[in-house]
Amino acid sequence: MVHRFAEGPALLYVDLHLVHEVTSPQAFEGLRQAGRRVRRPELTVATVDHNVPTGDRSLPLDDPIAAKQLDALASNSRAFGVELFDLASPQQGIVHVIGPELGLTQPGMVVVCGDSHTSTHGAFGAFALGIGTSEVEHVLATQCLVLSKPPTMEARFTGRLSPGVTAKDLILALIGRIGTAGASGHVLEYTGEAIRALSMEERMTVCNMSIEAGARAGMIAPDETTFAYLEGRPRAPGSHNWGRVVAAWRQLPSDPGAQYDRRVDLDASAVGPQVTWGTSPGMVTDITGYVPSPSDFPTADEQQAVERALAYMALAPGTPLAGLPIERVFVGSCTNARIEDLRAAAQVARGRKVAAGVRAMVVPGSQRVKAQGEREGLDRIFREAGFEWRNAGCSLCLGMNADVLRRGERCASTSNRNFEGRQGAGGRTHLMSPAMAAAAAVAGRLVDVREWEVGIA
Amino acid sequence: MTLTPFVRHTGKCAALARANVDTDQIIPKQFLKRVERTGFGPALFHDWRFRPDGSENPEFELNQPEAAGATILIAGANFGCGSSREHAVWALAEYGFRAILAPSFADIFYANCCQNGVAPVRLSGDGINELLRRCRAGRGAYTLTIDLEVQQVADAAGFMRTFAMEPYRREMLLRGLDEIGRTLLEEPRIAEFERGRV
Repeated sequence: MVHRFAEGPALLYVDLHLVHEVTSPQAFEGLRQAGRRVRRPELTVATVDHNVPTGDRSLPLDDPIAAKQLDALASNSRAFGVELFDLASPQQGIVHVIGPELGLTQPGMVVVCGDSHTSTHGAFGAFALGIGTSEVEHVLATQCLVLSKPPTMEARFTGRLSPGVTAKDLILALIGRIGTAGASGHVLEYTGEAIRALSMEERMTVCNMSIEAGARAGMIAPDETTFAYLEGRPRAPGSHNWGRVVAAWRQLPSDPGAQYDRRVDLDASAVGPQVTWGTSPGMVTDITGYVPSPSDFPTADEQQAVERALAYMALAPGTPLAGLPIERVFVGSCTNARIEDLRAAAQVARGRKVAAGVRAMVVPGSQRVKAQGEREGLDRIFREAGFEWRNAGCSLCLGMNADVLRRGERCASTSNRNFEGRQGAGGRTHLMSPAMAAAAAVAGRLVDVREWEVGIA
Repeated sequence: MTLTPFVRHTGKCAALARANVDTDQIIPKQFLKRVERTGFGPALFHDWRFRPDGSENPEFELNQPEAAGATILIAGANFGCGSSREHAVWALAEYGFRAILAPSFADIFYANCCQNGVAPVRLSGDGINELLRRCRAGRGAYTLTIDLEVQQVADAAGFMRTFAMEPYRREMLLRGLDEIGRTLLEEPRIAEFERGRV
């Protein structure tokens, strides 16, 4: 913290500022108009992810407006001295995938990005916040963010995950419990046995969707899993410094018995594979469940929202979720496009075929993840099963590029938002884990992956 | 960037009685490719305002004749949830809204409003319901006055509620402050902090 203003908020120093093409052009333009520079270009890293094509990347791009945005980021990066991982870079990828995998994201840092899923980086015990474009400009110019101290909330997950149940199911179950505004204004810290047992990539999936619970940020205390993940990464502290740095990181976790402003408990062992049925991530239930009826909800507001959602999703109350036919499958996004996610999906897809009439795509979170997948032969497994194996980007998670749902198409998706039109106007999204999405691709309908022989851990 | 200060505003109201209106609805992704801060107004609530064939959807709240010319939007809880896209606020402002009234807002959206001279006003659920009722009964003639100096919302027929806002945010809106210029006044502190940073 640099300073506390008399009116209350603090001036926080930003250790890492991640920048992408969609929320930055207006910020750089603002700097230019005011004759300002980027205060600390070396703490700023840019990549292209939101609108990039995931198929053919030869230039010029088919979409001239997207190309203009990519060009703007390239020229802004050059003009202001910011490092850019562009379309040709082997490090290019979704901003929340490349930060961690390059070792840029580290415990104790303040990390910001003009993207709500910046909460992902909280998996390392960083304080990571999504910000708007005006704040992006503010951070570029001052390397600081003005912020009032948010209240805290603990989400404690007791027990262990059952086989076939993943980090995605944990976070969806939590959002289903507390609602999409359930953690509004709060920093959500995930604790408990089930969280400790998660890998770093699984922790990122959990923290990623903190924003879907309304949280200002999500966080998991760093531990040996965190340190082991970071050691040796290209931008992590070098071996000469390692011991000293880790010793400092060990001081970061909350004190035992720390008091939070709010707390919610969830038994991880009771969570099954989750599937959303509506148009908000909180409209979610177990794959063994049924589409609810508006009358199941207590308030008029909720009833009206559910009615709208069911009309949009073309679902009738009482319909079992298992068995619902789908036309599209998306394995990707900053939530679930890391190597472990692709392995989980490949394990289901291995030796099977995508059902007739289903278009399924795998979009790795970064070109590094893609290369790793190819070294492991995952691309071959997916291709042989009939999945498309594409280049890295946000892709069908928000459909800013050519990867969109057509009106009325139903999609099993590993992404994070099932809002109306999110994946394409009139498209219908069901959020789930990578293994569940892969199983849906093969079956042509939503299925319970636990009933499949995939040797799940 | 210089902003129009928000001190006191009297304007016509429009009602959008839905909870959890997300920024994907406020400004759908296909309109996020512009590199300017302008040009988003025509796409505000695009997929709700327009039918697939491009014609206006007469059922959508803001397409009702009563909503024409409104500068104050009354909405449900958790308004502006989802994506951090400031384009949502740019679109609302360009369409003509100077203030949004709701029981609660998503955090990033709230901050984005304050950065753009749009007042996000939190009232209780009861207060919002009462305003929605009065707005509907007014049939396009319902106006409110939002006074940020005294943090009060009032109409001409006896409705009066106060609202809370962080002093820092309120000050920004009242004075149309450029937050960067303000922070740069603390430059010596930032430089000192940087010297002490590992």
